[in-house]
Amino acid sequence: MEQKVSIAQKGPKSLAELYWALTKLALQGFGGVFPVAQRVLVEERKWFTQQVFLEEWAVAQVLPGPNIVNLSVMFGSRWFGAMGALVAVAGIFSMPALLLILVAIFFEQFREYPAVAGALHGMGAVSAGLIAGTSLKMAGSLKAHPLTFFGAIAFTVVTFILLAVFKFPLIPVLLVMGTSSVLITYLKIKHSHGVKGGE
Amino acid sequence: MNISLSDWLTVLLHFVSMSLFAIGGAIALIPEFHRFFIEEHAWLTESQFSSGIALAQASPGPNALMLAMMGWNFGMNATPAGYSHFVFGFFGFVSCLLCVLTPSCVLTFTATRWVQKNNEKMGVIAFKKGLAPVVIGSMLVSSWVIVRGDFVLANNWQVWLIALTTLVLVWGTKIHILWLLAGGAAIGASGLLGSF
Repeated sequence: MEQKVSIAQKGPKSLAELYWALTKLALQGFGGVFPVAQRVLVEERKWFTQQVFLEEWAVAQVLPGPNIVNLSVMFGSRWFGAMGALVAVAGIFSMPALLLILVAIFFEQFREYPAVAGALHGMGAVSAGLIAGTSLKMAGSLKAHPLTFFGAIAFTVVTFILLAVFKFPLIPVLLVMGTSSVLITYLKIKHSHGVKGGE
Repeated sequence: MNISLSDWLTVLLHFVSMSLFAIGGAIALIPEFHRFFIEEHAWLTESQFSSGIALAQASPGPNALMLAMMGWNFGMNATPAGYSHFVFGFFGFVSCLLCVLTPSCVLTFTATRWVQKNNEKMGVIAFKKGLAPVVIGSMLVSSWVIVRGDFVLANNWQVWLIALTTLVLVWGTKIHILWLLAGGAAIGASGLLGSF
């Protein structure tokens, strides 16, 4: 733990440097920023070692909220406290948001044209495929799940049916399915530890 | 569309209250916002919903911007006669983004140290691993709600073909997302897809 902190001392020197590094990072990230974040923060800027970056990423995933936003908050506050967290989040959002608003205005001007409406329709279809493809890639990681692959997939399928077919709101579905999945996972992990002779 | 001040409050409160349920990222919230904006209130059209997501994917930045686009379109629809759509769109974009980010950012800011210290504990590992299959389920629903509108229109099988082709390409190759979106845009612009 102590060692980890000393390795990662080499950080941004000022809030401005932090802001621009994250802006640059965000502007390179299409369809998610994670791969870019790793390249920029670890390989280019060397503000993290690979290992520390992965540890921070694991923490960002546990906490609710978009992972990259959590990572920015953690990252900014590590060097500059609350101000750093604020600047880091502003860094990943301000320029991309501005750009997206300009793109949206542009499309809004020409929405009446059938070609533009058609292009948006086609891009929407691609978006759906992109999200499904990413989800299925993630589903591959369930192979080593404590619930076994089929157990985990069963939770995925039931969640899908509750939301897509029965159209239940997300909060009750997350509470029921999430809680039961976490509980069973916990018991499974505990059991396997118990067999090996305790934690 | 007649949208009152209390409707704005309802929308912003919904963004605030969903923030801490964005486990696994912004994409997992898409089904909930679809249910809220289209099925419960009819404040957005299917076409606005899906093109907002598509535009956010076509431009760089975090995926949470997809949710901001819903605020953008809500603002555009809520504009009273005689005012600029873009001003209200901008307000919707920024306010919804701030509402969905603030609670989770505050939690991260206060809880990071605790998670760092307890990340190897059985409970935290079970939390992370146990939620994964549920999050993947809700992400799959996200892509489902985007194309479901076309499911009803039986003549739009082309949309499903594009979505499925994209899925296979994303899964099996490393092709850049912008090529895929450009391909979809070209096919759509040429008028091969049924209308919304």
